[in-house]
Amino acid sequence: MQFDTSNLIPVLPEIFLLTMTSVVLVTDLFLKQEQRMISYGMVQVTLWLAVGVVLLTGQGEARVLFDGSVIRDRMGDILKISILVITSGVFLYSRDYLRDRDLFKGEYYVLGLFAVLGMLVMVSANGFLTLYLGLELLALSLYALVAFDRDSIGGSEAAMKYFVLGALASGMLLYGISMIYGATGAIEFGTVAKAVAASGMDDLVLVFGVVFVVIGIAFKFGAVPFHMWAPDVYHGAPTAVVLLISSAPKMAAFAMAMRLLVDGMGSLHGDWQGMLVILAVLSMGLGNLVAIAQANIKRMLAYSTISHVGFILLGILAGTSAGYTAAMFYSIVYALMAIGAFGIVVLLSRRGFEAENLEDYKGLHDRSPWFAAMMMLVMFSMAGVPPTVGFFAKLVVLQAVVDVDMTWLALVGVFFSIIGAFYYLRIVKLMYFDKPVDEAPLSASLDTRVALSVNGLAMLVLGMFPGGLLTLCGSAFA
Amino acid sequence: MFADLPILSLTIWLPIIGGMLVFASGNQAANASRWTALTVAILTFVVSLALWAGFDTSTAQMQFVERTSWIALFDIEYYLGVDGISMPLIILTTFISIFVIIAGWEVVQYRPASYMAAFLIMEGVMVGVFSALDAMLFYVFWEAMLIPMFLIIGIWGGPNRVYATIKFFLYTFFGSVFMLVALIYMYFQAGSFDILAFHDLKLGLTEQILIFVAFLLAFAVKVPMWPVHTWLPDAHVEAPTGGSVILAAIMLKIGGYGFLRFSLPITPDASQQLDWLIITMSLIAVVYIGFVALVQQDMKKLIAYSSIAHMGFVTLGFFIVFMIFAGDSASGGATLGVEGGMVQMVSHGFISAAMFLCVGVLYDRMHSRQIADYGGVANTMPLFAGLMVFFAMANAGLPGTSGFVGEFMVILASFQADFWFAFLAATTLILGAAYTLWMVKRVIFGVVANERVAALKDIGSREFFVLGSLALAVLALGLWPAPLVEVMDASIVNLLKHLAVSKL
Repeated sequence: MQFDTSNLIPVLPEIFLLTMTSVVLVTDLFLKQEQRMISYGMVQVTLWLAVGVVLLTGQGEARVLFDGSVIRDRMGDILKISILVITSGVFLYSRDYLRDRDLFKGEYYVLGLFAVLGMLVMVSANGFLTLYLGLELLALSLYALVAFDRDSIGGSEAAMKYFVLGALASGMLLYGISMIYGATGAIEFGTVAKAVAASGMDDLVLVFGVVFVVIGIAFKFGAVPFHMWAPDVYHGAPTAVVLLISSAPKMAAFAMAMRLLVDGMGSLHGDWQGMLVILAVLSMGLGNLVAIAQANIKRMLAYSTISHVGFILLGILAGTSAGYTAAMFYSIVYALMAIGAFGIVVLLSRRGFEAENLEDYKGLHDRSPWFAAMMMLVMFSMAGVPPTVGFFAKLVVLQAVVDVDMTWLALVGVFFSIIGAFYYLRIVKLMYFDKPVDEAPLSASLDTRVALSVNGLAMLVLGMFPGGLLTLCGSAFA
Repeated sequence: MFADLPILSLTIWLPIIGGMLVFASGNQAANASRWTALTVAILTFVVSLALWAGFDTSTAQMQFVERTSWIALFDIEYYLGVDGISMPLIILTTFISIFVIIAGWEVVQYRPASYMAAFLIMEGVMVGVFSALDAMLFYVFWEAMLIPMFLIIGIWGGPNRVYATIKFFLYTFFGSVFMLVALIYMYFQAGSFDILAFHDLKLGLTEQILIFVAFLLAFAVKVPMWPVHTWLPDAHVEAPTGGSVILAAIMLKIGGYGFLRFSLPITPDASQQLDWLIITMSLIAVVYIGFVALVQQDMKKLIAYSSIAHMGFVTLGFFIVFMIFAGDSASGGATLGVEGGMVQMVSHGFISAAMFLCVGVLYDRMHSRQIADYGGVANTMPLFAGLMVFFAMANAGLPGTSGFVGEFMVILASFQADFWFAFLAATTLILGAAYTLWMVKRVIFGVVANERVAALKDIGSREFFVLGSLALAVLALGLWPAPLVEVMDASIVNLLKHLAVSKL
């Protein structure tokens, strides 16, 4: 292995982010509590500068570096930018929430940035080891973040559950990876793909390896039946952390699935497709049905996430570039919807009060017509009603599935989305048709208001002009 | 002369943007938003009249076509155009919308600006449904319609509004998502979402039947046909007057329009195979729902059921054509059936709107829709009584009113297919008269029932203007339907030519 400094340029975004995270970590030690805004500002600047670095160092064609352990390609770039932008929104929405609860500490941001770094590494991974490193960096940061409110019993319980189940899933993944390594003798996706294509599914060890890898992916996505952690973590963790968990990591999980299944084992498509079909159908079914029974909005949104994951999996399992485009579009749109919805949850919460129950949304239209309208847009988008962007996300996924002659799956998908429409409508019903029980005025700083408005209106604008983002996603798989 | 202006886009976006402005202006300056809404509605109507004026009745080609790429990656286009089938329905939409705005003028005191805005946006979206020639654009408008209506019923509706509006939303959503899958399927067969390309698409019989069923789910719920009609009485009863008017006058027509634009031309062979199903459902709607209407205690429910029965005529007229083709009589009967269905749609648009507005007038004063609470209204509201009796006659299909023309044409066409179909369809002349006139007898005539009726004041000039205009429209269409028939003739003849050719 010869070392060439020019090799470092493609990984500059990660290097930059790591450096800045360390700077924030150290700077924060010397700040008093009332100066904490400085850390916050540095974090935001870091994220946006990182976007700039990604743009500057990005090149058209894919490049494989460091003996095949890292890949820099267009899909990675688009996902990285989305992750950075979404995380910036997460930090913005959560700032006031943290401050009100005396959780406004530098560690939140440092852990958050490490999680982002982990996601970027995952997105760029071209080998099992790199991928696993990124995944664990992300997971460990998130475990700590879930328990961030250390006096909260619910938070600790959720973190413990998340940690144990997460460790189990990582173990499964690692087990699968070791089997694939045993069968193919490689950890780099390109070589693995060649070896797999040669041996096919005849190798029993390889079959087991694929199964365990799919389980690992399903756990990270939160797909049924590996979804148990999601509702409890969403319920127990501070909403500021749920914002982070529910949005950007879904895009990283998408990248992970793409790298492992498509780049690494593309020739086994026929085999993992069947597994994903089961995961997708179960996720859409159980997610939508159980969400109806929830009285807590965070749990409801957790089950809704599970159902959306089913749709993302539908796109991946189609196995065509249109399918991958659709799944990527869906995961980006989903992240936008998720921070929009949790952004409103954060907005309605205040010191000593968590707007967690569905009842708390009653009469929001009377309290704040504007934000009720934003929440309504997000809800209709999640339900997939045109002209919001959620409809187009579903449309492109369904199109991809119908294209590969799996029309029955599309029918299953739309059937469950009818069931899903009910609980999104219930939120709209509570906001618009009921009288408020809680008359406290909504307080939010100007930048949060602006960001939430942009977030909500994006549902409509992207719904009317989805072409740009779609073309962008499509260019990753052209 | 209007060739340079994008008339259709204007008719769609003028009310939508106007509605957004009215919404943004807030509920404080209620009067200003009412006047803005009215101005926008009238302007839209005037613009839409250009469609009528510039319409070439000699061709079945799409006119006023606008076509640009929308989502290039999936060949989805912003593709608009009208023919003789959609143009009258667009004018109906813009016409009725004006009265909806006026009807809500004083009654709606709770968030009046949002109310007006919802109806304006609704108007634009409905025009979009009628003019879209790209299947995906059509679907976007089709579904987008649900959102304002969901809010209209839910916010300004009656006591049981939440149940009614969620039932309405889920029912129609259920119907339409399967259509979405069918549209996507055809996209891969045709290579684009162009509806006209779908018309020429060759499809096998099994494919056609599956697609037909998917469309049927969507359109039958919207029309609504028996047995998927149960959302309609609930929605009508709970909706505010304006919501009921839009539902009955226009949204139901969108289902009928869907049959003409999608089911019949895209899946002619499946339509022929399954015409017995539609005809049976239509006749059940006409006869059975007619009896159901007879026993209603609630005026709005009665009119809602009468709407279902009348829409049964529309679907009967559309699907009777295959029986006429099969028979040996001249194909003129087929044209008569489809044109009768179309005339019935437009006419029912006027009459049902007027009937619901009449009930609205009474409800505004008495806050009751129960027939039993009324009696002898003619004594205290003579002017109103005259108009309501007129509309009731039209609803019963009295010759000279528009209600007669459509029903007569469809019955005439049915005779060419099968005597018994015509016989069953003709029972509406008795049933319709029975339930409508019996209601009128109990509400309008007789002695003054109670003190509240005695205290009623007759309609003011605003209400008189609304009902009077609709009465004129009903009368005009009843006495001289030729202009309407002329406009749609070329398109319908072309459609029937298309239907007669098997796709197999």
